[in-house]
Amino acid sequence: MASALSLLCVAALLAISAGAIVLARSKRATPLVYGAACAASSVALVSALAQVMFPPAESPAIILPLGLPWLGAHFRIDALSALFLVIVNLGGAAASLYGIGYGRHESARARVLPFFPAFLAGMNLVVMADDAFSFLLSWEFMSLVSWALVMAHHREPENTRAGYIYLIIASFGTLCLLLAFGLLAGPAGGYGFDEIRTAAPTSALVPVILALVLLGAGSKAGLVPLHVWLPLAHPAAPSHVSALMSGVMTKVAIYGFIRIVFDLLGPPEWWWSMVLLFFGSISALIGILSALMQQDLKRLLAYSTIENIGIIFIGLGLALGFGANAMEWAAALALTAALFHVFNHALFKSLLFLGAGAILNATGLRDLDKMGGLIHRMPVTAFAFLAGAVAISALPPLNGFVSEWLTFQAVLVSPELTQWGLKVMVPTAGAMMALSAALVAACFVKVFGIAFLGRARSTVVAEAKEVDRFSLAAMLGFVVLCVLAGLLPGFVIDAIAPAAEFLVGARLPVQAHVPWLSIVPVAEARSSYNGLLVFAFITASASLAIVLIHRFATRSIRRAPPWDCGFPDPSPMTQYTGGSVAQPIRRVFGSLLFLAREQVEMPPPGDTGAARFRVDMRDLIWEIGYAPIAGIVGFAADRLNRMQFLTIRRYLTLVFLALVGLLLVLVIWL
Amino acid sequence: MAVIADLLVQGGQMLVVLALAPLLTGIVRKMKARLLRRQGPPLLQPYRDLLRLIRKEAVVAENASWLFRVAPYLIFAATWVAAALVPTFATGLLFSWSADLIAIVALLGSARFFLALAGMDVGTSFGGIGASREVMIASLAEPAMIMVVFTLALIAGSTQLSTVAGYMMSADVGLRVSLGLALIALIMVAIAENARIPVDNPATHLELTMVHEAMVLEYSGRHLAVIEAAAFLKLLLYVSLIASVFAPWGVAQAGAGLTAYAIGIGAYVVKLAIAGILLAIFETAVAKMRVFRVPEFLGAALMLALLATLLMFMTRSL
Repeated sequence: MASALSLLCVAALLAISAGAIVLARSKRATPLVYGAACAASSVALVSALAQVMFPPAESPAIILPLGLPWLGAHFRIDALSALFLVIVNLGGAAASLYGIGYGRHESARARVLPFFPAFLAGMNLVVMADDAFSFLLSWEFMSLVSWALVMAHHREPENTRAGYIYLIIASFGTLCLLLAFGLLAGPAGGYGFDEIRTAAPTSALVPVILALVLLGAGSKAGLVPLHVWLPLAHPAAPSHVSALMSGVMTKVAIYGFIRIVFDLLGPPEWWWSMVLLFFGSISALIGILSALMQQDLKRLLAYSTIENIGIIFIGLGLALGFGANAMEWAAALALTAALFHVFNHALFKSLLFLGAGAILNATGLRDLDKMGGLIHRMPVTAFAFLAGAVAISALPPLNGFVSEWLTFQAVLVSPELTQWGLKVMVPTAGAMMALSAALVAACFVKVFGIAFLGRARSTVVAEAKEVDRFSLAAMLGFVVLCVLAGLLPGFVIDAIAPAAEFLVGARLPVQAHVPWLSIVPVAEARSSYNGLLVFAFITASASLAIVLIHRFATRSIRRAPPWDCGFPDPSPMTQYTGGSVAQPIRRVFGSLLFLAREQVEMPPPGDTGAARFRVDMRDLIWEIGYAPIAGIVGFAADRLNRMQFLTIRRYLTLVFLALVGLLLVLVIWL
Repeated sequence: MAVIADLLVQGGQMLVVLALAPLLTGIVRKMKARLLRRQGPPLLQPYRDLLRLIRKEAVVAENASWLFRVAPYLIFAATWVAAALVPTFATGLLFSWSADLIAIVALLGSARFFLALAGMDVGTSFGGIGASREVMIASLAEPAMIMVVFTLALIAGSTQLSTVAGYMMSADVGLRVSLGLALIALIMVAIAENARIPVDNPATHLELTMVHEAMVLEYSGRHLAVIEAAAFLKLLLYVSLIASVFAPWGVAQAGAGLTAYAIGIGAYVVKLAIAGILLAIFETAVAKMRVFRVPEFLGAALMLALLATLLMFMTRSL
């Protein structure tokens, strides 16, 4: 029933997409297409939510006569799919709502409108697919449609490059997944997920499959070192699409990883956990440090996505480690933490991208160093963005803290693991996570402080206007959800529980029954947290302080020029910029990781010319991992290019030689 | 009845920390002055400062936003709640289960987040300098603190501070290498987090050396009073934390009689005085570091704490 409804929604989205092709020229199309997409996503969201809240005993597959004739297209919504369907459609509905307002300013309407609903449909299909063929087809569909959206503003050279790199890495990722499914299905070729589950792959193949899945799903999720496309492509798309790509599509990639590794690949081994912890940790650290170094708001947010993906992978790695040691309850804890973070990140990263879009809409700027003081011009956006920044910085009482707290709790039960490798790796990953969590706070102090606080650094910013109410509604909706998930985390944990039980065979205790709405993952003597009470305490103490001081002391206030130690500076350009806020951290971490070098050129004494300050930073991952490959391909292409200008005689000779060569190979082979 | 008694203890704890926090700072200031052969301000001077500031008119910069005016109260509330959750004179606090050690660290992180934002709100270069240095220091101090928390949690089998303190009072703790490392790391973090010498100088207004003071430069009147009170509370919090974990003598158990509570409060005041004197001696004995030496100092704290945690993972007994 639920699957049928969801498939209908997907069909509706595809139909909207087709309609958008016809209508896109008209100005009326924007609210129509986004409104319809919002409605379809909302229906799908409600249907998925119903399934998460009241999980049915069994979920029958729907088989459509599409795709391979002997296989058909299987779709099924089990506990895991339902959870991710909620995330996909929540993001989809909010992004569509935002699009009603944001899309009005779109210059390339015909390049966005038809692809947007199709992108939503593609993500829905990936999550629902129940056989390898539909999964791969939907995955590639999702990739290509999102590529089209990245290329919406194709006249900007940066976007073309982003689209090019995205296309290459996305195709590579799909190729890896294709091979992985080929190995999983085995020689018999059973491509349904049911058949794959029953046919365990031979142990020699397992490392290959794991590596292929890591390459395939990891590249889509943005795991370091396969992340290079992400900070280029996500910002290039229109902002509500960026929100979907960062907030939702990376989650679909995580879904693919979980589906294959936890569900299809069979019982885990402990070294899988090592691999995940390693890549998760370096993604978290490199992601957030790169984010700190950015001046482009949307690119900064994209790098921060890499950090969050790292944290999710640390959680998944812990779950695999516990699973391999038959500690199901601990695996459930770690997996719940990871899935909670998936949900949280979908909320606050979408929110932050929508906020960045609002700024872009109001000022046309993405460069932090030209912003400043937007809290005065765009108060509602500022408030929403602040809530997102607090949430992503894992500060209580909002939601980001809860999932990090759960992950830390999972780290704390891991001394009971027996393998020495894990005994070293887990606390190290915990330390990396703590380090990156602190850096996230630094990063978002920088973002909010530079963009919204201080004085305006350019005239467009000083004259910015608050965005339309559709955009504000979408952002405030996410704020409400961030607060709710932070104050009442027990309900989210309970919603995740069926998926955890399905994947690792255990679940956390039911949290809704814990008194005072606390969350108690293991036992109360061990750890508990109550976001609601913390929030109540903070509100109560703050109000008490305000009331007492205003009542019994004074409430008078006087406005005066800034004090600034007696030397107020007239120009807003003397404020700290994004680069200067990040400078101490760049000195501490960047000289090693980015080979950051600072050069100061001072004019000689007496000369009133300007001093110059230059920072050089290098992207070592690109230089070591990608540039050589690109160089080799370019070199080979240049050489082969000569073949294009041969005479007919030579072409005939070539064809003849190729034929002889192939026949020889055949003879030797047989 | 039991609930009412618990509520009273929790409420009492909230008042005790608020009442004693300025005293601790007063002790440190007085002691530092005496060590330099100065007369020094009276012990109660911080109270008088706060009262005077509260009654003064607040001067706010023309372009300050609502965040500038709300942040002091948020900072104060978050710090106060965190301080109230650390056992001082009695364990078994009623609401200790609402936030464990990790949450306490994170609450302090929230306070710092808003303090750094408030520093950047007016758009002066001093605010920026303070905020950017503060987040740099925090980005190393916070993970070190989390690692200390890990060590304590692994020893006591819980992240609940009441349980940890209770376990530390029991006989089966013994001397452990990890505990020693964690104590050193915790003290280093406490020095950095409270903006004490050698990381920051709480008394300076010399532009290029200040961190905490640079952020609050624009504040005046009641806003400044509330921020100062939060800083006092934070110092008290770290002293209570170190005392409750590493020197849990005299702390009243849950449900103990009035005498036990009286002894608890007495012991707590003595501990505060000792901590204040030690801090003053330490601050007088060392010189302030350059800003870019601070990462090395905190990096050492992080490494020590990580080593303590690793030891706990390797052998459950060290």
